[in-house]
Amino acid sequence: MKRLFFFLMLATLALTRPVLAVLPDEQLADPKLEARARAISQELRCVVCQNQTIDDSDAPLAHDLRVIVRERLEAGDSDGQVKAYVVHRYGSYVLLKPPLEPATILLWFGPLIVLLAGAVGGAIYLIRRRSHDAKALNADEEMELSRLMGEGQP
Amino acid sequence: MRRLVVLLPLLFFAVLAGIFALGLNRDPSLIPSQLIGKPLPPFDLPAIDSGNPGLASRDFRARPMLLNMFASWCVSCRVEHPLLLDLHGRGVPIAGIDWQDKAAAAAKYLKDNGDPYARVGLDESGRTGIDLGITGVPETFVVDKHGRVRYKQIGPIQTADWENTIRPLMDRLRTEP
Repeated sequence: MKRLFFFLMLATLALTRPVLAVLPDEQLADPKLEARARAISQELRCVVCQNQTIDDSDAPLAHDLRVIVRERLEAGDSDGQVKAYVVHRYGSYVLLKPPLEPATILLWFGPLIVLLAGAVGGAIYLIRRRSHDAKALNADEEMELSRLMGEGQP
Repeated sequence: MRRLVVLLPLLFFAVLAGIFALGLNRDPSLIPSQLIGKPLPPFDLPAIDSGNPGLASRDFRARPMLLNMFASWCVSCRVEHPLLLDLHGRGVPIAGIDWQDKAAAAAKYLKDNGDPYARVGLDESGRTGIDLGITGVPETFVVDKHGRVRYKQIGPIQTADWENTIRPLMDRLRTEP
């Protein structure tokens, strides 16, 4: 009985469809263009709801931007030109993948710099420790060592 | 000296924590305008009723003006409205763009609440607003006598914003060549 219930629950899941913010009347007839529009929309941040893409957002402004993306594509813009159109108005803030520019150098290379600093620090530590280990014993230490070793024997 | 080296990671952590603390206190919804220092994008908007002229980007010349983005459906615009009426009474030139709205609704809004605008343009599709990079209403641009955007206020103008930021800027822009 439990099993049947569980199975029925799973079965209802199979009947559902993912909910799309992109409304049918927004979509382009040409499936290739529509696919490009979806891909671009997934890289553009909704300016009203911050961390949603315009592809996911139900905000009216996100709807307007989705329509604009499709209009630009139909007018023959490349993907880069469409993104530039939006960035021109709202800044690189709208790109969910931050571009490489002077303001984002630390963002892109900061982790690498920290990793390198850690590697250099670690290397220096290891080299120092090894040279310390390799130091030969002086005569007094040799005698003390052989005395201690000798003590251990029957 | 060796002691200091040991403290380095702690220092590094403190600096990072400081930067993050500053970042947390910034409002992420304030997106800086891309238009600061640049001319207004060209637009030519129709009037909301026959009694008023519409608004075009070329109307911004000869004197610094405020460009207020509003809508009749916008609640915080109603909060801001008395201040705009007050500024209008003091002779501050204000142009308005009625964003994503119907002409009749906007005309009624201005009839009921008073009209602080020298000119109002109707941006029914909202495209001019997107060209201006707005994320909602109200937003207000300070435009200089050459039609360049010099400042953008996001959200309703409070008395303190006017007194501390916008008014001194307008005074300075008036004396600029």
